Amino acid sequence: MSDAIIRIENLSKEYRLGVLSHGTLYRDVQSWLAKIRGKEDPNSKIGLSDSDHLKGTNQRFLALKDISLDIAQGDVLGIIGRNGAGKSTLLKILSRVTAPTRGTIKIKGRVASLLEVGTGFHQELTGRENIYLNGAILGMTKKEIDRKFDEIVDFAEIEKFIDTPVKRYSSGMFVRLAFAVAAHLDPEILVVDEVLAVGDINFRKKCMGKMKDISTSSGRTILFVSHDMSAIQNICSSAVLLNKGELLYSGSAAETIKKYLSDIEINENGKKEWVAPASKQYPFEDVVRIKRFYIANENGEVVKGRLFNSKHYDVVVEADLVYGDPRLIFAVNYYDDSHSLLFSADIHDAGGTDFSKIKPGGIKLSVPVPVDILWNRVYEIELICALHHTGWVLQPDNQSRIKFEFFRDVDLNPYSNDTRLGALAPILEWTISS
Amino acid sequence: MKSVEKETQWTTVIRPRSGWFDINLTELWRYRDLILLFVRRDFLAIYKQTILGPIWFLLQPVLMTLMFTVVFGKIAQLPTDGLPQVLFYMSGIVSWNYFANCLNKISDTFVSNAAIFGKVYFPRLAIPISVVLTNLLTFAIQFVLFLAFMLYFYLGGSSIKPNAWIFLIPILLVQMAALGLGVGILISSMTTKYRDLTFVVTFGVQLWMYATPIVYPMSRIPAKWQWVMALNPMASVIETFRYAFLGAGSIRVWQLGLSFGMTVVLLTIGVILFSRIEKTFMDTV
Repeated sequence: MSDAIIRIENLSKEYRLGVLSHGTLYRDVQSWLAKIRGKEDPNSKIGLSDSDHLKGTNQRFLALKDISLDIAQGDVLGIIGRNGAGKSTLLKILSRVTAPTRGTIKIKGRVASLLEVGTGFHQELTGRENIYLNGAILGMTKKEIDRKFDEIVDFAEIEKFIDTPVKRYSSGMFVRLAFAVAAHLDPEILVVDEVLAVGDINFRKKCMGKMKDISTSSGRTILFVSHDMSAIQNICSSAVLLNKGELLYSGSAAETIKKYLSDIEINENGKKEWVAPASKQYPFEDVVRIKRFYIANENGEVVKGRLFNSKHYDVVVEADLVYGDPRLIFAVNYYDDSHSLLFSADIHDAGGTDFSKIKPGGIKLSVPVPVDILWNRVYEIELICALHHTGWVLQPDNQSRIKFEFFRDVDLNPYSNDTRLGALAPILEWTISS
Repeated sequence: MKSVEKETQWTTVIRPRSGWFDINLTELWRYRDLILLFVRRDFLAIYKQTILGPIWFLLQPVLMTLMFTVVFGKIAQLPTDGLPQVLFYMSGIVSWNYFANCLNKISDTFVSNAAIFGKVYFPRLAIPISVVLTNLLTFAIQFVLFLAFMLYFYLGGSSIKPNAWIFLIPILLVQMAALGLGVGILISSMTTKYRDLTFVVTFGVQLWMYATPIVYPMSRIPAKWQWVMALNPMASVIETFRYAFLGAGSIRVWQLGLSFGMTVVLLTIGVILFSRIEKTFMDTV
């Protein structure tokens, strides 16, 4: 493997949890004095025997476990995985912000890392001064920056404000300038963390284009961490999947993404189900007792993991109807990942629901998940229930919620990407007339 | 043979922290532009953020000299080796300021730069070195002020005798820089573990100043206590600085040598500790 530009060998990174030291010299000296005088450490936790104490302070956490990987020159490698999978730790070690606990990384050439946009920018300095400063922090010499200066200013579209202190910049201008500097680094290896999640849509497109450019035209190696699967698919030639610090899969970008999406194991909180806590009393138990609600697939089973638009799902509610009160209302609220309400699907919306005609006993209500309007986002659904003009059975209070992640796996839009704005993406047909 | 060849093709090898003296000077040199840009940034930031800008650099030693002259010269009537009090205090203040400013600023290198250090790699020593250089600019401004005062007193007929020791000044400057750097990075490395040290620093520097012949001349120290003075590497530096420009004071070459040796030792310990800490401090801050 002579074409490897980065060789990662048995890389592990361990973090110690709990208390490293007491944080102040005074306490450390106090503990140490107690120890040599054979007394109990005044700073140890009360009620813990020695062995417990040791266990508490020496808990270790492996952020990366024995990773070995060769990355070839010119590769654009996507690194994907859940939060806490070790992606950022890997990038941090690669960019030498922190050192590994075991193992080595061998690198041919210069690494420039972009873990954050605008590191080291100084508010008081002008755009021009910051370009030089930021460029140098990222590893460029003054000469290199001189050569690239016009290009950077051009890319950032800030010619007019180049001699204005950056504290007067709009946040968009700031981000543009910061990315422009980083994008014009000339390293053999570029390490990029999710920095493209900033700026407006046009600029994000421009950034992605620039990254693609860098990799294809100059044969540079790029390592790119993102949660944005379409971005990974767009610019990466290959990808690796990390899970809980382990290298789970490595292959082509498309294959790895598929693996990531379909892997139930790694999907957060597994079953898409909410069960009413047995201990809790809900109002109007003489009308209805809600037992649970969940998202079911075509076979009526509780869904695990992600939802896709190619499949059909129902939100199913199971309850005991004690008395068929016509005032009874059920609704499913849809929230986006920032907890704004998107819409509410009420049982009476289509008309014709009359609970007084339903025989008391176990009932099952189901309503389809509108897969055609959802987009690649995390959503949350909430079951609410009430007696009209009387009171809540289940009120919108954060209790009866299910979170799920959605992915549009069948996408007819050839230009689709995750930079699309908005929490919903209904598929509407356009007509063109001339 | 072949394995040797294979090893050499890698330009960087990232491994767990290992060596005791893991400072890559060639790399530091490669980042010299960055160091200069840091100097520029710090200087410009001071200039732009304050109303008076660089005037502060002049005002501070003048006010301090004034205060020392009143408190220690007029009220306490401490002797000044027969030198004009203003010049005596100012020479001490200007040179001590350089050292103390370096030390104060460098000692919180890790804590105050955690945001940058957490996101991008460059030789961490670039920051303390840039501080030393930034303060050198400040020193230069204050030094010119001192020269102006000297000229004024000289023309006024004061008995000041600048002498050949002046040629030692560049070395003394380097030594003060090295000492400020050494002790500074030593403390900054320890503050990553012990935060309470940051409080000690400001206070400690104050105490150190009074343990240095700034408000009193070295000649006031009884001979049998001279060795205590010699343990303070800054004492002979200040005394020599004063002697070189004003021609009064007591320098002993052995004290100067000892001070120099201590500077080298402190700097070495500082660099070693710094290089041990710099790789992993991000995990503890």
